[in-house]
Amino acid sequence: MTANRGMGEAAAPYTADEMMTVAASRELRDGAVCFVGIGLPSEAANLARATHAPGCVLIYESGTVGAKPDVLPLSIGDGVLAAHADSVVSVPEIFNYWLQAGRVDVGFLGAAQVDRFGNINTTVVGDYQHPKVRLPGAGGAPEIAASAREVIIMLRHKRRAFVERLSFVTSVGHGAGGGSRDDLGYPGAGPTVLITDLGVLRPDPETRELTLVALHPGATVEGAREATGWNLKVADDPGTTEPPTERELELLRDLKARTEAARGGSTRGTET
Amino acid sequence: MAEVTDLREAVAGLVHDGDAVALEGFTHLIPTAAAHEIIRQGRKDLTLIRMTPDLIYDQMIGMGCARKLVFSWGGNPGVGSLHRFRDAIENDWPVPLEIEEHSHAGMANRYVAGASNLPFAVLRGYVGTDLPKVTSTIAPVTCPFTGEELMAVPALNPDVSIIHAQQADSRGNVAIWGISGIQKEAALSARRAIATVEEVVEELTPHPFQIVLPAVVFDAVAVEPKGAHPSYADGYYDRDNVFYEAWDPIGRDREAFRSWMEQHVLGTENFGEYFRSVRGEGMVAK
Repeated sequence: MTANRGMGEAAAPYTADEMMTVAASRELRDGAVCFVGIGLPSEAANLARATHAPGCVLIYESGTVGAKPDVLPLSIGDGVLAAHADSVVSVPEIFNYWLQAGRVDVGFLGAAQVDRFGNINTTVVGDYQHPKVRLPGAGGAPEIAASAREVIIMLRHKRRAFVERLSFVTSVGHGAGGGSRDDLGYPGAGPTVLITDLGVLRPDPETRELTLVALHPGATVEGAREATGWNLKVADDPGTTEPPTERELELLRDLKARTEAARGGSTRGTET
Repeated sequence: MAEVTDLREAVAGLVHDGDAVALEGFTHLIPTAAAHEIIRQGRKDLTLIRMTPDLIYDQMIGMGCARKLVFSWGGNPGVGSLHRFRDAIENDWPVPLEIEEHSHAGMANRYVAGASNLPFAVLRGYVGTDLPKVTSTIAPVTCPFTGEELMAVPALNPDVSIIHAQQADSRGNVAIWGISGIQKEAALSARRAIATVEEVVEELTPHPFQIVLPAVVFDAVAVEPKGAHPSYADGYYDRDNVFYEAWDPIGRDREAFRSWMEQHVLGTENFGEYFRSVRGEGMVAK
């Protein structure tokens, strides 16, 4: 994979996906209890654990608490998650005693589609009864989005993923914006950041609309607008993301190479 | 009390057409051997219940065993879509599939209520999502003590639940270690329960994060080595990613799917024979 859309012409020393993963990993503070989805979030969370956040406690919905996988898990119940975990509990326990009880600081989610308020669709594209595309469904995401103190979303910036109107609201972000999430009575603050392969979006403090606040090196506002299905709000003076450090890149590539070697195949993951 | 028997007899006696059947396993210890035996015996009109329907439900749905699916996440974990599941929902092939869709938290709590002999469970969730609009088994309920509005979901009590475990002892007590997912609740909420195991040992020994489901929970225990392939059995074998990836093009095409199932599942007598058959095709990791 090479850096493309929105990136400069010169051969980049890292890919847009790597930039996205590194940027997302930096959002995770050391010591946080983090409920992690498979795929991109798991990659970023484990990079954080390898770099600045060795003390973060990774929870996967299969019931592993304090998971310390040495390679990336291919599925939510992968054996590497249990192997060095602090504890392994049942699925009802992870959702009831951990997530619903407020023991999770950060929910780290992927998505199929997102709207301007960070609401997430992973259910269907098109009509529910006669969908154009049937997606996997909710998994753990609705309650992670509801109960984690804050939510980080990772999603590649594409027009078909960043849509004006979701076919289906699977997990609630900031609802219809403003104070509408508060009216639902959820304990968590909702999405505090959306990391894409082009930049960083954060909710406006008043309207809760996701606003482009930083661009990754080489990405442009025009490129981001082009890849967004709504009229993207852009901060007055969007910053530029610090490019990946050598160490971040080395550790990320090392993690992926180890995963590939251990699996003898792909490192693809889906969001659950 | 569990009878250590063979899987064919267990399925013949305990799984009937029209039953609500839960085959659980949260990407670990997925009861593939049992699913295949249900397909071989041609069960129809089943309500299939499972949090994470993956390859085995793709196969059962594609073979027309199911009338309805109760679930919370349907995919080929780590690979992509379940094409038979999608074809059934998008195109009614081979038969229409009714769906009842929840979140993981909802499904987990439904099993807990079922295992507790309660009519429903309560949780904080679903509010503001579109799930209550399409799923009739999600409804608001008010706490009689605080007045807080919560969501209620009805108990799940499958006619039969089937799980795969690492070991049973000679009396039929069943041990699972590593990630035990929702298997305990699935077994305890069911009217009838079957366990397949990697092996029967004289005496169970402790393992990290082990649970033991006593023999009285089960109606039948059957030995099926490798019975969770291509998922994994902690302490016995790893996830076979080659198979998960090889499934994608097979599941994608109706004809390829049918002929694969006819050759390897319908055309074999049992799981051991099936396994040799797919290994011969290079679908199994070395």
